[in-house]
Amino acid sequence: MSKDLSVNVAGVTFPNPVIAASGTYGFGEDYAPLYPLNKLGGISCKGTTIREKAGNLPPRIAETTAGMLNSVGLQNPGVDVFINKYLPELKSNGNVIIANLAGATIDDYTAAAEKLDATDVDMIELNISCPNVKQGGATWGTTCEGAGAVTKAVRAVTKKPVMVKLTPNVTSVTDIAKAVEAEGADCISLINTLLGMRIDINTRRPILHNNVGGFSGPAIFPVAVRMVWQVANAVNIDVVGMGGVTTWEDAVEMMMAGAKAVQMGTAIFTDPYSPLKVIDGLEKYMNDNNISSLSEIVGTVRPW
Amino acid sequence: MSYKCGEYRIIAKKALAKDIYSFTVLCPDAAKLAECGQFVHILAPGFTLRRPISICEIDRKAGTLRLVFLVKGKGTAAIARLNEGDMLDMIAPLGKGFSVHEASAGKRVIVVGGGIGVPPMLGTAQHCKDVTAILGFRSYGNIILADEFKAVCNDVIICTDDGSVGEKAIVTAPLRRELEKGDVGAVFSCGPTRMLGAVAELTKEYGVFCEVSLEERMGCGVGACVGCVARIRRGGEEELLRVCKEGPVFNAEEVLF
Repeated sequence: MSKDLSVNVAGVTFPNPVIAASGTYGFGEDYAPLYPLNKLGGISCKGTTIREKAGNLPPRIAETTAGMLNSVGLQNPGVDVFINKYLPELKSNGNVIIANLAGATIDDYTAAAEKLDATDVDMIELNISCPNVKQGGATWGTTCEGAGAVTKAVRAVTKKPVMVKLTPNVTSVTDIAKAVEAEGADCISLINTLLGMRIDINTRRPILHNNVGGFSGPAIFPVAVRMVWQVANAVNIDVVGMGGVTTWEDAVEMMMAGAKAVQMGTAIFTDPYSPLKVIDGLEKYMNDNNISSLSEIVGTVRPW
Repeated sequence: MSYKCGEYRIIAKKALAKDIYSFTVLCPDAAKLAECGQFVHILAPGFTLRRPISICEIDRKAGTLRLVFLVKGKGTAAIARLNEGDMLDMIAPLGKGFSVHEASAGKRVIVVGGGIGVPPMLGTAQHCKDVTAILGFRSYGNIILADEFKAVCNDVIICTDDGSVGEKAIVTAPLRRELEKGDVGAVFSCGPTRMLGAVAELTKEYGVFCEVSLEERMGCGVGACVGCVARIRRGGEEELLRVCKEGPVFNAEEVLF
């Protein structure tokens, strides 16, 4: 039987809970040859900044056991190009679109958020957790003051639902979560990548030109589940879980930990069809377990 | 740019030299779209990231792509363990290939390959008319595809680092000799970055159109992750362009080696 997989996150209805994660899906166009993008629950677009950004020098990619490192450094054409070139087609094809926004200063964030407020993006995801840029990014997300300040400033300039994406590279992710909730965040997404490093033992050089980079993929999944569970129990706003989600079982696990939806990234590199397989798996799971709405399983883990 | 993603049957497998394998893959939908110089992105069983492998030959009639690759690490070793009859999980074809149609009109083409950069030059040679191939290898045991090149090229010049076969030289020595003749319309090249840099310098000196195929550590392979960039100077400005999308083939004059 065909099921209604839709979920509501901070007032936005996603047709299913599987969202492409920012930085792994571009603005969607690169995967359009394979399937209609609106089969996904939504797309969190490539992180954009107020002005074009060149990013880091290559190599930017290193494989790890059950995962990868990246140090792209937020290369993007700028928020105006996103709004004018990519957004109209994405929206006319019925995609639920999350604009991912990064910046070095509070003014960068608010200037871009004001522009996005005038568009029909469905949600703004604040990237305060990019590990690959020296200024901004994770420097905002690693303190309650910084995370709260960006959230408050953006909250003041937009009516769009604001999702704040948290970094796992902190001592207490729940304190940061509470800080952004207090400053008006509508929901939280986590986890961004873990800071990692690989070294070429022949050249004694780090594989990444940036020396260090963000660790993602199946290897980080247990860390993500733990943090989603902790945050979901610490705040009253919605949580979107990500970090190594690869299969439908992972998605169910993430939802039981407290996520209302999931984002997938690295798994798409391994298998571009993986989000669709997760959606199919979720539908079968609902049928097999007589579940009529996925909200029935959110946060239902029974801790010992 | 259109591409396919799926599991395709390996219908022939051959070991060409130490650690170098040839797969012929039945993939009519992808073969129909493929152009020489493009690549495929292969899933190594059990690994997170796919491996980019250049397309060696395209047979649209038979609906096949031929892939020749070097076992460099554990991922390519896992791919090499696949056998005839096994399925290969592949995204193909990807990237921008060589400009064989625009560049070679009427004049002689030189294809220059070094080591595992040799295979994509075979398909390129097959798509041009008057072709000279210059192929560089470490030693006699590393030589691959020489007969196939002889079948489609007017002249095949082989160089080895140790002089065990052909000239004891790097590819730029015979390339300079050929460029001196003044009848060359285009040079297409794939190989180690240092070799490509030298080829680019030489063709610039002689004012001959040249394209090179670059390699970089890759993520998605389709352009989405912006992981595999190269430093390119276009319109006076330096840009970081995606090897998987704007490349892997770039105009040699634009590449900042």
